[in-house]
Amino acid sequence: MSGHDHGDDGVSRRKVLECMTWAGTGVLWTITGGVPRSLGIIDSAQAATPAAPGMTFLQISDSHVGFDKPANPNALGTLEEAVNKINAMPVKPSFMIHTGDITHLSKAAEFDNADRIISQSKLDVHYVPGEHDFLDEEVKFYRERYGRGTKGQGWYSFDAGGVHFIGLVNVVDLKAGGLGNLGAEQLAWLEDDLRGKSKSTPVVLFAHIPLWTVYPEWGWGTEDGGRALEYVKGFGSVTVLNGHIHQVMQKVEGNVTFHTARSTAFPQPAPGAAPSPGPMKVEDAKLRSMLGVASINFKQNEQRLAIIDTPIQG
Amino acid sequence: MKTLNRRDFGVAVAAAILLPATTARADDMEVHIDNFVFQPAELKIKVGTTVSWTNRDDIPHTVVSAGKFRSKTLDTDDKFSFTFTNAGDYKYFCSLHPHMTGMIKVE
Repeated sequence: MSGHDHGDDGVSRRKVLECMTWAGTGVLWTITGGVPRSLGIIDSAQAATPAAPGMTFLQISDSHVGFDKPANPNALGTLEEAVNKINAMPVKPSFMIHTGDITHLSKAAEFDNADRIISQSKLDVHYVPGEHDFLDEEVKFYRERYGRGTKGQGWYSFDAGGVHFIGLVNVVDLKAGGLGNLGAEQLAWLEDDLRGKSKSTPVVLFAHIPLWTVYPEWGWGTEDGGRALEYVKGFGSVTVLNGHIHQVMQKVEGNVTFHTARSTAFPQPAPGAAPSPGPMKVEDAKLRSMLGVASINFKQNEQRLAIIDTPIQG
Repeated sequence: MKTLNRRDFGVAVAAAILLPATTARADDMEVHIDNFVFQPAELKIKVGTTVSWTNRDDIPHTVVSAGKFRSKTLDTDDKFSFTFTNAGDYKYFCSLHPHMTGMIKVE
């Protein structure tokens, strides 16, 4: 990756400064020929330039609509701020994925409120559930709204811009003492879904709980996530997008880039940095710098996929 | 009046003697959920004891023992109670955060 794709005129100084502001405290990754590497601020500025071609999609996560505890008494309000941020983005994204915990307690009104705000983005949204979305007695509110056309507990795949997207569910049938769980039925479906796909097809896996083991002491991982990763091993470019841990975390292993997005509701502590993974109360002035969304840019010809985390503020 | 006083005294003594028996419910046990941990993590109780779990976290939890009992989702300060009528070891966990586990030993 370099500035060559911008031609001889390059990027004007003013634009670079604008984009540096835009990139904020974000972190950017690109994948060139399936090999990810991190980029300097100038490169990231170029990637965020409005002229950037290719497909851009957004990841939003852990909106916890209904949460009103001290860590953020108005989670619906910060969700709306995040959506406003999305609407102000220089590149209109093609669509959005939501990696779960849409609501805090799976109440019908919480789902309704979430939808009312998220729909203001006027983007198609592809959802996967978090454990907070399956709490109603009959476990029907999520499925009624977002389960149509999905398999099993709500998994599915779709293609966009030359990328194969797979939404997985790892918050059901959790075992005592264990982590997130995909289960045999879903893994069999995944293997089947990938069968016959060209290995040069970029693959994006998204699910609520990290598919990689972030911190098992807090349940931050997926028991059989390794099985899912076996199935994508031969693919040149694999990106795994998760939520659940309410902070940005990344890992690169071979051709696989793992990334978790911020929440729009409340931050959680770094692994082991607090007695529990519960909501972390920070100064009011700091809260919005710890909430945000991620935008992901993909260029077909360069096998390049870049992730920029954008806080709501700061 | 003296006899009446004596009778009152007698009633009071009877009540005091009966107290341990009638307040068997005072043996009922409490488990608190704090910082994603069941406290105490292990309880030893007698058959007939009722255990109450109270969630003191800002995050909902559940109390589930496979095939034995299952609470609804407990939001902050919500409580779930279960009376153990059979001896045995009851392992339980939070179905939302399965790394949270506990044990009730009933004898």
